[in-house]
Amino acid sequence: MTLSFAIWTPIFFGLVLLMFGSDKSTVGLRYLALFGAVISFIATLPLILNFDLANAGMQFVEKVSWIPRYDINYYLGVDGISVWFIVLTAFINIFIVIAAWDVIQVKVSQYLASFMILSGLMIGVFAALDALLFYVFFEATLIPMYVIIGVWGGHNRIYAAFKFFLYTLLGSLLTLVALLYLYNVSNSFDILVWQETRLDIVEQVFLFAAFFMAFAVKVPMWPLHTWLPDVHVEAPTGGSVVLAAIMLKLGAYGFLRFSLPIAPDASQYLGPFIIFLSLVAVIYVGLVALVQQDMKKLVAYSSVAHMGFVTLGFFLFSPLGIEGGIVQMISHGFISGAMFLSIGVLYDRMHTRQIADYGGVAHTMPKFVVFAVFMAMANCGLPATSGFVGEFMVILAAVDYDFLIGVLAATALILGAAYSLWMVKRVFFGPIANPQVAALKDINGREFFMMGTLSICVLWMGVYPKPFTDIIHPAVINLLQHVAISKL
Amino acid sequence: MQTNLTLPLLCAIPLAPLVGSIITGFFGTALFGNRLGKVGSQSIAIMGVIIAFTLSCQVFFYVQAGDYFNGEIYTWMQLGELNLGIGFLIDSLTATMMVVVTFVSLMVHIYTIGYMHGEPGYNRFFAYISLFTFAMLMLVMSNNLLQLFFGWEAVGVVSYLLIGFYFERQTAVFANMKAFLVNRVGDFGFILGIGLILAYTGSMNYDAIFAQNTAIAAQTLPGTSWNLMTVICICLFIGAMGKSAQFPLHVWLPDSMEGPTPISALIHAATMVTAGIFMVSRMSPLFELSTTALSFILVIGSITALFMGFLGIVQNDIKRVVAYSTLSQLGFMTIALGVSAYPVAIFHLMTHAFFKALLFLAAGSVIMGMHHEQDMRNMGGLWKYMPITCLMMLVGSLSLIGTPFFSGFYSKDSIIEAVAASTIPGSGFAYFAVMVSVFITALYSFRLYFYVFHGKERFHQSRHDGHTDVDAAVDVHHGLAAGEVPHESPWVVTVPLILLAIPSVIIGFYAIEPMLFGDFFGDSMFIDLSQHPVMEELANEFHGPIAMALHALTSSVTILVALGVLTAAIGYLWVPSLPSKIAHTFAPLKKLLDHQYYLDELNQLVFAKGSILLGRSLWHRGDQQLIDGLLVNGSAHLVGRIAGVMRHLQSGYLYHYAFAMILGLAVLLAWVLYAYLSYVR
Repeated sequence: MTLSFAIWTPIFFGLVLLMFGSDKSTVGLRYLALFGAVISFIATLPLILNFDLANAGMQFVEKVSWIPRYDINYYLGVDGISVWFIVLTAFINIFIVIAAWDVIQVKVSQYLASFMILSGLMIGVFAALDALLFYVFFEATLIPMYVIIGVWGGHNRIYAAFKFFLYTLLGSLLTLVALLYLYNVSNSFDILVWQETRLDIVEQVFLFAAFFMAFAVKVPMWPLHTWLPDVHVEAPTGGSVVLAAIMLKLGAYGFLRFSLPIAPDASQYLGPFIIFLSLVAVIYVGLVALVQQDMKKLVAYSSVAHMGFVTLGFFLFSPLGIEGGIVQMISHGFISGAMFLSIGVLYDRMHTRQIADYGGVAHTMPKFVVFAVFMAMANCGLPATSGFVGEFMVILAAVDYDFLIGVLAATALILGAAYSLWMVKRVFFGPIANPQVAALKDINGREFFMMGTLSICVLWMGVYPKPFTDIIHPAVINLLQHVAISKL
Repeated sequence: MQTNLTLPLLCAIPLAPLVGSIITGFFGTALFGNRLGKVGSQSIAIMGVIIAFTLSCQVFFYVQAGDYFNGEIYTWMQLGELNLGIGFLIDSLTATMMVVVTFVSLMVHIYTIGYMHGEPGYNRFFAYISLFTFAMLMLVMSNNLLQLFFGWEAVGVVSYLLIGFYFERQTAVFANMKAFLVNRVGDFGFILGIGLILAYTGSMNYDAIFAQNTAIAAQTLPGTSWNLMTVICICLFIGAMGKSAQFPLHVWLPDSMEGPTPISALIHAATMVTAGIFMVSRMSPLFELSTTALSFILVIGSITALFMGFLGIVQNDIKRVVAYSTLSQLGFMTIALGVSAYPVAIFHLMTHAFFKALLFLAAGSVIMGMHHEQDMRNMGGLWKYMPITCLMMLVGSLSLIGTPFFSGFYSKDSIIEAVAASTIPGSGFAYFAVMVSVFITALYSFRLYFYVFHGKERFHQSRHDGHTDVDAAVDVHHGLAAGEVPHESPWVVTVPLILLAIPSVIIGFYAIEPMLFGDFFGDSMFIDLSQHPVMEELANEFHGPIAMALHALTSSVTILVALGVLTAAIGYLWVPSLPSKIAHTFAPLKKLLDHQYYLDELNQLVFAKGSILLGRSLWHRGDQQLIDGLLVNGSAHLVGRIAGVMRHLQSGYLYHYAFAMILGLAVLLAWVLYAYLSYVR
């Protein structure tokens, strides 16, 4: 029941919030949401605490018949690959509630409820072992996110909400076809059964392509990434945090759960193509990030570049590469979350995200700048921060795979530092740029708590990543065994 | 082997400064409110470094007595067979580095009390330099490449923070970003080297790597005909080029002088910039197996030693003179590495740490005495006002130029002899480079000394108007008020100078025999004497430190040194009008040197502007026009256009619909009929 609790607790609290929602007295609502988020987070902890390291297969399995006619089940379970994302999702949700505390003043209960429900749905994606259940959760996440962008977004929010919705929906429609095809072949929607189903290479390539459309848009991989910067710019802070920290990972997770094990031969066959796209993401998008004028766009492009590392790691087909990719996903959850929160902190005060409007913030917000510079450093892969771990593992795996690919991947060291630090220089350092900056107030206790907690996570994962990789490793070995066995 | 080197003792060494840094960083700054005050912060930070220094000395003596430690503290990550850990390797090489690092760090900590007095960010400064000490110790004490890389990057970050310490200055925050990015270019190579090592040895631990060195050397990089060891070594050395500021990645070091002077002494002269030298020495079992890589190192070192020295002659900023001399001396160390004289490189690293820290701190003392004036053109005749500083600067300079019996002499002369004895490709050029460089070093060092401490007192005359860009960039220009005279610095400044001057004079004399020709370093560095017999030849010619110095008195090297000092005396003591005449005569050359061979301009134009231009065109052409414009919005428009056409079908006229129905019915009927007929047939 642990997984069901993890999924339905936040959704329950979300519905309660909607029921009692009014903008009259919001303090109680906020505390209720915070309580709900914390309870939801606690509900996920047994997954880690009781996790059986010796078991490479699925754990905490729940299976209840849902639509018997088509053998569709409410079928949940986690392995080392998915378990961290469930915890991460619930964890990040706490910060969403805290970040909204003084900031969101209209339709508070709906705002908080959207995020609570979204959090439960995303946990559902990571926990589902029935393909149709997965698909339902996967598509359902679009709805709250669409609402979040469309209602609490910026000036151009309607365009952004549509772009987000259509882009991702169009991608995933092909996946539905793939799911139905697989059902026809195997008479089951059980993902684990599909992993054993024999398929010829043509079938595999088509299935791979169908999955690719959904997941590559979500990751997002170049050249399907252009929705992300637009959406980030318009989304409210909380929306950006969830999008970057969790939602992008749904796509990458899909590659691990569907593409690699279900179409292993196609994955091997098309691997070089994905590696190529990933390297383009790292280099091309890194260069594009360099010239952004809007901080959110810059971090959005940096997310694309970092996710390029994730997919690169996956398609190197080595434990180091795949685990590096997963570690990078978790780490990026902390770091991008913190960076969007930082931008939110500045935006709440200055109502602008243009880099040119800032300068010398370190004079007026010294506490904030400590955290912000730390996160920027983590973003460019500083050792002893989580940002280093995944990047390092993937680069090592890439060098092992092919020296030239390693060389191209390692350019991220330079590009990442260039765009992160150039932004730091222009926003935080230098003389005070204008009277608005001079009047800035440093972060309050609430913001300090958020940045501090995330900094501790980033540091912990960088200094001692063993607990993370210990859980991930057996599942990845299991996955690689599946990939290694040809289905032809 | 059971030893006195226990894990708690060793852990305490880096942790003491770390704890000091955390306490001062958290409770001495704005982060949690300044609760410690100045005295509290400085005491805690200095206490941490004192502990580290004392324990390092203890470790040093244990190691000299034959102790050795190699063990893991904790497992960082475990992936099946692959074990990545954090651990220590303590041998004589490490112990030497530990003592040098903690000693210079301690001196700089004490000096900081005087130098940073009254500056905003006083406590923050202490937090940074203690953090630096921690990172540097982790770097040198590591027993594996992973932790080395941790320390490697961490010192880089602290250097970044300290160069940008005065973060309101645009030049400072430009310099620190530049330093970090240039270092990242080095790290780019370094991480590839680490990746190749891991790929072919399956480990990051020095032990395991070195045990497989011959196996690596027998392979080629797949898909190429390049020797694998050569590729690995050059990749690693690219990392060293970044950190140890070797041509062409040296461009960040002169700009790093934007930071406060104590860190120029600690980070950008004595310790961090020598990390590359240390790393290559540590990895000597790999480098020894690739003569090609060694030649590469030798040539890069020679270029650095030669060309950076020239730049020292034209600088007017007192700190920049010392900075270029640091570059040149780092070139010397690299040359020593290139000719397989690793112990000599470490020996020079050690003596250089002392006398260069001394020179920097003395320069800082001058800057303090002159109220933050750094332009030597506004100094002169300071010996009267700052006698201790003047004497210490003289000692440091004599050691730097290699005056017989001084520390610098022993290490530098050993390098020159090692180059002379070497036969690997590039050694001819290296010999030329070091000889020219010896003359140049003497020239610019004594140019500085005479210019600042002797000659006419120029600090009362009106300021030079013709400041170049470079001067403007360093501009702080508080300077002396009218009628004010320079003053000697307080004891917290002069005592560290004196304490650094002592080893600058004597340590070479005492250390040369055990370090270069005894078994002090033992197995900590590997030299393949059959291929690179340089150390053997040095040992054959060595007959004790006194004989070496006496012999040198008549050698060409000493004559070059004397000529250099003499030239400086003529130009800056006796005939002050001469330099400007020479500059006028060789104006194009002067311009080339003033612009540091236009390397900054080149980098700015090609790499900085180039990547911004590229990024912008990818963004506009690629993302906005091609992907978003053509594909995304294009398909949206396409849907719109098709819908537009289709809309005409929905005219709303009943007869249109009726017609369509009849047409459809006819087609359906025709099809059924056709099917039926074919069935019947």
